[in-house]
This record gives sequence, structure tokens and C-alpha cells, in this order.
Amino acid sequence: MSDQTFTLDDQEIPFAPGQSVMQAALDAGVFVPHLCYHPEFRPHGSCKLCTVKINGRPATSCTTPAAAGLNVESNTPEILDKRRTLLQMLLVEGNHFCPSCEKSGHCKLQALGYELGVMTPHFNLIYPDRPVDASHPDVLLDFNRCILCELCIRASAEVDKKNVFSLSGRGITKHLIVNAESGRLADTDFALTDKAAQVCPVGVILPKKQGFSIPIGRRRYDAASMSAHVDEFKPTAKVQEERP
Amino acid sequence: MRGRGGAGFTTGLKWEACRNAPGKTRYVICNADEGEPGTFKDRVLLTRQPDLVFEGMTVAAYVTGASKGYVYLRGEYRYLLEPLNAVLARRRQDNLLGKGILGRSGFDFEIEVHMGAGAYICGEESALIESLEGKRGVPRNRPPFPVTNGFLNQPTVVNNVETLAAAALIAAKGGDWFKSFGTAKSSGTKILSISGDCERPGIYEYPFGVTVRQVLEECGAKATQAVQISGPSGICIGPDEFDRRIAFEDIPTAGSFMIFDIRRDIFEVVRNFINFFAHESCGFCTPCRVGTTLLKNMMEKIAAGHGTRYDLDEIYKLNRVMQSAAHCGLGHTAGNPLVHTLEKFRPAYERRLKSLEFEPAFDLDAALSQARQMTRRDDSAAHFDSAQENA
Ligand SMILES: Cc1cc2nc3c(=O)[nH]c(=O)nc-3n(C[C@H](O)[C@H](O)[C@H](O)COP(=O)(O)O)c2cc1C
Ligand code: SF4
Ligand code: SF4
Ligand code: FES
Repeated sequence: MSDQTFTLDDQEIPFAPGQSVMQAALDAGVFVPHLCYHPEFRPHGSCKLCTVKINGRPATSCTTPAAAGLNVESNTPEILDKRRTLLQMLLVEGNHFCPSCEKSGHCKLQALGYELGVMTPHFNLIYPDRPVDASHPDVLLDFNRCILCELCIRASAEVDKKNVFSLSGRGITKHLIVNAESGRLADTDFALTDKAAQVCPVGVILPKKQGFSIPIGRRRYDAASMSAHVDEFKPTAKVQEERP
Repeated sequence: MRGRGGAGFTTGLKWEACRNAPGKTRYVICNADEGEPGTFKDRVLLTRQPDLVFEGMTVAAYVTGASKGYVYLRGEYRYLLEPLNAVLARRRQDNLLGKGILGRSGFDFEIEVHMGAGAYICGEESALIESLEGKRGVPRNRPPFPVTNGFLNQPTVVNNVETLAAAALIAAKGGDWFKSFGTAKSSGTKILSISGDCERPGIYEYPFGVTVRQVLEECGAKATQAVQISGPSGICIGPDEFDRRIAFEDIPTAGSFMIFDIRRDIFEVVRNFINFFAHESCGFCTPCRVGTTLLKNMMEKIAAGHGTRYDLDEIYKLNRVMQSAAHCGLGHTAGNPLVHTLEKFRPAYERRLKSLEFEPAFDLDAALSQARQMTRRDDSAAHFDSAQENA
């Protein structure tokens, strides 16, 4: 640990050279909301849930390098309000029907929603048409819940070396696709043991043949909020699987 | 000199930072993506003054130590490719490009024209670099900035076409000559692409500091209701502000100058702009990807006569989130045309509001009809209006 520090909501946060503001905060046991960040991957900076104010200016904490003397505001009413709006944007963009989702209770989108007090999606639902892909023997893809964090894309390319997923389209039509001529997961070499099968923060990539083995109500984020799990997100953490 | 491409960054500082950054190879990129609605000045410069633009790139290479230059040419300007390549070939022959330029040993510089991917976002410098590298045009995380980690992770200068042309003139005629035009804080001249309701649309060059009123008079604009300056993401002003000046310290602009006379419906103008941003959002970050579409849907709701004052407040709220949380300039500024015109042209919106209070986007009572059918009820408590009255 170095003796360099910055301030986050009146707390002194030490940091090591090369760490981002968010990594340093998580390392110090201070939770910063996030969805596209994963300790084992390079920061992505797309979900914007980790937005903070640094020296009075909005910044993305997962991609901003830590520096001595920064004044970081995170849990202010203004920033929490923006994060709630971002969550609501993600909720209306997809089709999120939590009561029937196998990921409920393990889902970071849902967990952050509860933690930040998002009681409704607020905006008019967009209702995208995203057919599921049930072609693979072991894995179901329910694209309705995809938040485009690209973690599966990154895991499949960088860890599994398979390049199973990529993105297509732009703006609101942007969507996850499977890299096969048929577009079907069954026609790739994707396997349940792939890293890409374990990183989805929401309920898109789900194992088949095991439903609700842990009852809803007794799942990870049912018992304790995401911030209570802060140790699991530390840059050094050996990450638990995201699967139920 | 400050950059002419929109952000107005000081060109000298950019070049210096690139020169001082450690790297194997340095690059100069001419941003000719020109995607902003209402601008066509870069096209004219590349058509009429290509030597000046290439000269500016070569000056930039001399200053920064770059050995390779790219012109990132907007896809729609494909027809300029052969003429530009012909100019490059001539310059090579004249030893204005290639090895040991004009006999200076070690001064080696080459320029290549690269065709753009046809997306507005590729004009953003880091998305442009991604596109040049053959990847999807998505803006990078910053820092690091292109001057230290640009094309192929090497120090890179990205400048607008007009900036480079002006740099060539400064190199030939000197800084004092350049400073003799414009204002104290905005040296030189600015090329405006004038379009819309006027008698003589086209390209105009003015010293910085010119008033909007003078520009309007000289291009023959009559009964002007509003001017949209610097594209949809810029600023929209009405007649009470026509004495403001085109300059970095007052109204900065990348060059687009769109005129709308009193026959135009400002609401429809803005609706077009919002649709443009929703269409051009690259979709990388949440606030812009979803926010631009939510704004678009709200404009539709208002256009359909279902809007209320509540929706106007929602627009402000969305705009605040996009402004502070979006990943790049597109998302930061996509709400600008809406909030500017809500302040200055509010009647264009209020005229369309159904009531000034809350109004749902759909008929609640009608939505309950299926439930009534299923529960075989049709009493007054099963209807929304009366249920509300009873409550
Ligand atoms: C969405 C977006 C689109 C842009 N499009 C252009 C463009 O078409 N041409 C341009 O020169 N700059 C464009 N820019 C600005 C560039 O990112 C960059 O600031 C500019 O090329 C720098 O040149 P300058 O310093 O000479 O002004 C755009 C920026 C954004 C955020
Ligand atoms: S499927 Fe999951 S991991 Fe992949 S992009 Fe969508 S939300 Fe992210
Ligand atoms: S602000 Fe819009 S255009 Fe820019 S990165 Fe985000 S989604 Fe893409
Ligand atoms: S966690 Fe920082 S942008 Fe997603």
C-alpha cells in the first residue's frame, strides 16, 4: 500500500499507482455501484453506474486513474439520483420481469435497484423484441435482459479465446449477437464451463436443467445488498461465479 | 490558434504534447468526417484548397515529428478520393511529401486518405482512431488522450480540416498576421456553412467577433425566427440575441449556421435533431443509448398531443443525466437543442401540451377494459375515472 491518498465522501482512500478511483475505493472496502466493471477484466466504462464527481466535475470512476488529493463525491443525493435514473434507463430498455427470472436475487441490476431505492422503471417501457436462443443443450440465452456490458464478449475473447459473442447495431438497436453463421449458440463451441458463461451480471446466460435450486428470498443479494458484498469486488478478489 | 473542429482546443498545445510524448512513431490525422448537420465547409476546403490542407498536415508533422498522416474522409465524400490522391501524387513528385522533404534530411512524411465508415460518431477523435484501426467506431476511455496514446497507441494529433489549412497559412505568414484578424481571445477567421432560410446560402469566411446579425444581413436572411449555430448540439438563438458574436468567448462554432424563418415550426426542427442523435448514438453508454431514445419518445408524445408540463420537467432531468454521465460529446450535448428551445421558444411546446398537469400517455380506463371483461365487472368502481372519484 502506498501513502498516497484521495478523499471519497470525507473518507481518506489510499491507492497504489495505476489503480482507478473505483479500484482503490473497493480495495479500501468502500462500495461504488457498478455493472460493467469486473475485477478480472479491464475497465469498460459503459454502464456509467459508477459515475461520481471528481473535483466538482462528473467522472466515470472505473476508468479514471486515482491521483493524490482528488476530491471524490459518490453518495450525494444528486449522484444517487442520477444512478437511479441510469438504472431505470436499463430497466425500460430491456424486458425485465424479475419474478420469473432465474437470476433474481443474484442479479446485480436488481440488487442495485433495491439498494438505491428504485421502486419503478419510471419511464415508458421500450419493449424491445428480443427472441431467446434455447438452441444450446446446456445454456439458455435470454437476450431480453441484456444490458450490453460486454463482459461475456470480453470473457469469451480474452479468457476462453473463442469469440462467441459480439455486438451489432447502434443506438437503441444495439444488441448482443452470437458469432455463428446461423446466429445460434448451438453452432458455436460455447460451453457451460466457459468464463463467458459466468460473468453476466444479469439473467441472460443461464444454465439449463437447474431451476431455482436456491429459492428466491435466500439468494446472494436477497440476504445482503451489493455493498455488503464489497469484498468480492476488490481488484484482488478471486471472483465467485455469477451463476445462481 | 484554437481548433476549428468544435472543442476549440489550443492547437499549439496539442502539437507540443504530441511532440513531447514518448513513442516510436507519431501520427497526424486530418479529421474530414464532417458529419455535423448543416456543415459543408471542409468539403469545400478539400475541393478548392487541398494543397493548403496537406501543407498544414506537413507543417504539423514537421513540428511534432510525425512520419505518417491520414485524412479520414467522410464516406459521402468518396468522389473526392481520386482528386485528392492526384494532389498527393503531385506533392510527392515535388518532394513536398516523401523522404527528405524539400531537401531536409530526416524530414520524412507520407499522407494517405482513408475512407470513413459513414457514422457521425466517427468524427469524435477517439472513435475516429478506432475506426482507422479497423475497429467499431466507439469513443475510447479518456485519459489517456490521443496526443499520448492515439493511433496504434502512438502519439497522435487529430485536427479539423480548417485548423490544418489555417496552420499552413500561419506557417507562411506568421502569427502576427493571423492575430490581426478576429478578437483578442479568438484569433483569425472562421468559415461558416450557411444554410436554411436565406437568399444566399453557402460558405462565408468572417473574422471572429462578427455578430449574428451581420451574417444574417449579408446572406439575405429575412424574418428570421431562430439560428442554430454549431449544429444540433450547438446553440439555438432568437432575435433578441442576434447581436451576440461568433467567437470562442461568446458563441463558439464548428461552422454550421442554420437559419429558420418565422414560417418554421421550431418544435419540428428540434424533433428532427433529437431523431438524428437517437439514430447516431453509437450505443456504447447507457445514458446516451437509452436517453436519446427516451427523448425521442417524449417528443413523439408531445407531438401526438399527450404531452404535459410534467414531460417538460422529465426532459430536463434526462438532459442532466446525459450531460453528466455520457461517455462522449454526442451524449453530453444531445439534449441541447431541446433545453435551449424550451427556454427560448417555450410556446412552440406549450401550444402542444394537452394540459399543463400530468397526463398519461395512454387511456387508463380503456386499458382496464380487458380486466373488466375477465372479472365480469362493469360497475362504477371498475372504471378509472369513477374509481378515482370514489377514492
Ligand atoms: C460526436 C462528435 C462528432 C464530431 N465530429 C467531428 C467532425 O466531423 N469533424 C471534426 O473536425 N471534429 C469533430 N469532432 C471533434 C473532434 O473530436 C476533435 O475535437 C476535433 O477533430 C479536433 O480538431 P481541432 O482541434 O482542429 O478542432 C466531433 C466530436 C464529437 C463528440
Ligand atoms: S449477456 Fe450479460 S454479460 Fe453479455 S453483454 Fe449482455 S448483460 Fe453483459
Ligand atoms: S455518448 Fe452516445 S455516442 Fe458517445 S459513447 Fe455514449 S452512446 Fe456512444
Ligand atoms: S462500472 Fe464504471 S461505467 Fe460501468
